[in-house]
Amino acid sequence: MSTTAHLLAETPAQLLPARELMAFTLASHIMLVPFGVALPFITLLMHHRGLRKADPTAMLLARRWSAVMAVQFAVGIVTGTVLSLEFGLLWPGMMGRWGDVFGLGFGVEGWAFFLEAILIAIYLYGWRRLKPWTHFWLGVPLPLTALMGAFGIIAANSWMNTPQGFTLDSSGRPVNVSVQQAIFTPMFGPEYWHFVVAMFLTAGYVVAGVYAVGWLRGRRDRYHRLGFTVPFTVAAILTPLQFFLGDNIARQIFHKQPIKFAAAELVWDTDTHVPEYLFGRLQEDGTVKGGLKIPQLDSILAGFTPDTQVTGLSSVAADDRPTATQATITHWAFDIMATIGSVLILLALWYAWCWWRRRDLPKSRWFFRCAAAAGVASVITVECGWITTEVGRQPWIVYQNMRVSEAVTPTGAASLWTMFGIVVTVYVLVLGSFLAVLLKMRTRWRLADAGSARAHAEGPETDTPYGPRPEPATTTGPGENRAPGSDL
Amino acid sequence: MTATVVAWILLLAVAAYACGGGVDYGAGFWDLLAGGAERGKRPRWLVDHAMAPVWEVNNVWLIFTLVVMWTGFPVFFQTVFTALWLPLALAAVGMVLRGAGFALRKPTRRLAARRIYGAVFAVSSLLTPFFLGTVIGGVASGRVSPGTTASADAWANTTSIMAGLITVAATAFLGAVFLTVDARRFEAHDLVGYFRLRARIAAAVLLALGVIGLVVTDPHASYVHHGLTHGAGLALVIAAVVALALSVWLVAGQAAGWARYSSVAVVALLVAAWGFAQRPYLVPTSLTVQQGAGADAPLQWMLVVAAVALVFIGPALVVLYRLDTHGVLEPLTDEDVAE
Repeated sequence: MSTTAHLLAETPAQLLPARELMAFTLASHIMLVPFGVALPFITLLMHHRGLRKADPTAMLLARRWSAVMAVQFAVGIVTGTVLSLEFGLLWPGMMGRWGDVFGLGFGVEGWAFFLEAILIAIYLYGWRRLKPWTHFWLGVPLPLTALMGAFGIIAANSWMNTPQGFTLDSSGRPVNVSVQQAIFTPMFGPEYWHFVVAMFLTAGYVVAGVYAVGWLRGRRDRYHRLGFTVPFTVAAILTPLQFFLGDNIARQIFHKQPIKFAAAELVWDTDTHVPEYLFGRLQEDGTVKGGLKIPQLDSILAGFTPDTQVTGLSSVAADDRPTATQATITHWAFDIMATIGSVLILLALWYAWCWWRRRDLPKSRWFFRCAAAAGVASVITVECGWITTEVGRQPWIVYQNMRVSEAVTPTGAASLWTMFGIVVTVYVLVLGSFLAVLLKMRTRWRLADAGSARAHAEGPETDTPYGPRPEPATTTGPGENRAPGSDL
Repeated sequence: MTATVVAWILLLAVAAYACGGGVDYGAGFWDLLAGGAERGKRPRWLVDHAMAPVWEVNNVWLIFTLVVMWTGFPVFFQTVFTALWLPLALAAVGMVLRGAGFALRKPTRRLAARRIYGAVFAVSSLLTPFFLGTVIGGVASGRVSPGTTASADAWANTTSIMAGLITVAATAFLGAVFLTVDARRFEAHDLVGYFRLRARIAAAVLLALGVIGLVVTDPHASYVHHGLTHGAGLALVIAAVVALALSVWLVAGQAAGWARYSSVAVVALLVAAWGFAQRPYLVPTSLTVQQGAGADAPLQWMLVVAAVALVFIGPALVVLYRLDTHGVLEPLTDEDVAE
């Protein structure tokens, strides 16, 4: 801790609150991202099934998911806007110097997001009056816009990890910017595919997890079966794929960001025959306390042979690499992600086995317990993946080109701590309310399914879009009184 | 040349956010003044229904403005976000509260919770445009220059405060005009007169604030003041006043639908007047468009990306607004999500 304290003393006082604030807002936003990127896709899958097979249960699920999407998207857009403001509020130094070099990715993202917002509005509000298939096809480009938006964001982030596409002039400012090179950086491909698959997988497991819980509580109707099977199948198919993509990105980091790799694997001295540590804590002197040590394995994983040389943290000056604490954080995040990923593969195989043998869901309650946990677990892996990539890059905001401390705002630490406090309070309230609203919607739907909605009329303003009406629907017009799933 | 085009795109994006976002902020403003749960029930119902399908789209203009700012004019972005830290931070907090309040109020049923979300939404609908307005005023007042650190002086001055108030008045005006038209569209005839009156009041307040603003501009803002009272800037200001008068006249008659266009023209013309008055500076009088411009290649690519995006977004946006104004977009109701 003494080195950490020492480094903190050298850095501007506002660095810590700025970092904490960014970490907090990103960590919150990233929990919503899988649903922004992948929930439209999963909903459209269900929607398609409902239309093609004239299946009212599938249609009901799709409509309910789109009701959830409406709230989720609104909260996501808010937390996302805050992030783009924070680039300026917290890191004006980075934007001032590098904004033109790597900003185009954000430009692509901005436009993609624009299109997504338009299409999602049409999709969410088109259920009632648009023709069923027209409505479906207007929603189909949604997943593509999400992929495009992810392209822009990952282009910007991968540039921060492996910056290129410019030369520095005598005063250290970037000139001769090449846009193609700045977008397609070495880490772009691995990061992009790993990220996109992670988003679809996470959304799949979370949605399936909700119905797994219902299943465990004895609600074993077709509604729960379908609500579980479709998203879980998507996630289960992607899980093994993600394993290969994860392995690939780790190897790319080994080649292109050796110091980050060293932090993630707790490698202190550059050497061959490097052991692999499962967990454990890096000490200031380079030793590792605790954890499980497997001889040779790190070298084998990095280059397929024990003779592979792995660069260690000590190969660069202390202030050019993550501190022992940061390395430990990176390492733990990396190990948790890899562990959960491996366990999820077993779950996917279990599912595949039962499906292959009996064309049916596994019977075991333990399968559904694991499936319910998989939703939470995959959100944790998303957080861990993000921590690995961001903390592992320390102390650089632009790898080997700009330190986080050079990018930070000159605004005083007190202001930043105050804002941090306000933002945490507001976010806790907002995300808490978001969760409460989702749970309320679920309860209302369950009551509606049980036919006891009437008991729950409250207050004068009960005519809200979602959730069952307190009184039975009145036949006020030809379009008003339809059975769900019929002629929308 | 490229930098100039990008600067105009930036101004266009600001204008689009001022108009699109402005309507939403204005709706929130009237939500705030609608009175208690019983008295304000009808206006709030209209605000909810009119805003719901489009408010997220309107919000994206801000993100786009920021992206153009940092890619096209990184030093300008750095300058504004360093010097005007506090109002921007407050606007950011306001945006979270506002978006969350609006999004969470809709699916909430309990009156107490709806009241809280509604109050949060409405109060931040007032404060957010005010702080964003002070930022514009702060830039225009010439107290900001590259290297200025955050200080109250940069935004707590006459010009900034006036700009903040004018922004709020403009959003209230836009909101009232749009809600008047929406009231007719949703056949809520009692609300047509309700919002028409408010549109007129807001127009009068906007005009008064504009005149006061021009008179009491503080000495630091002389460059922009000169631009607004001479040449193209003056012509645009006069055009905005004409559009304002036209809106007040239109909103009363049968062709009220056209008042939407004229009210948008008021705000767009005001933003354009500001842009013309400030030429050739991004920050008067210390940073010109040319000095602040980023590298050439990204700027050119940005035009390409914008052109390609326009091909996709233009039609989509037209479809959205057409569907919306033709009443095709309707929220899911309870029986849609009940078995």
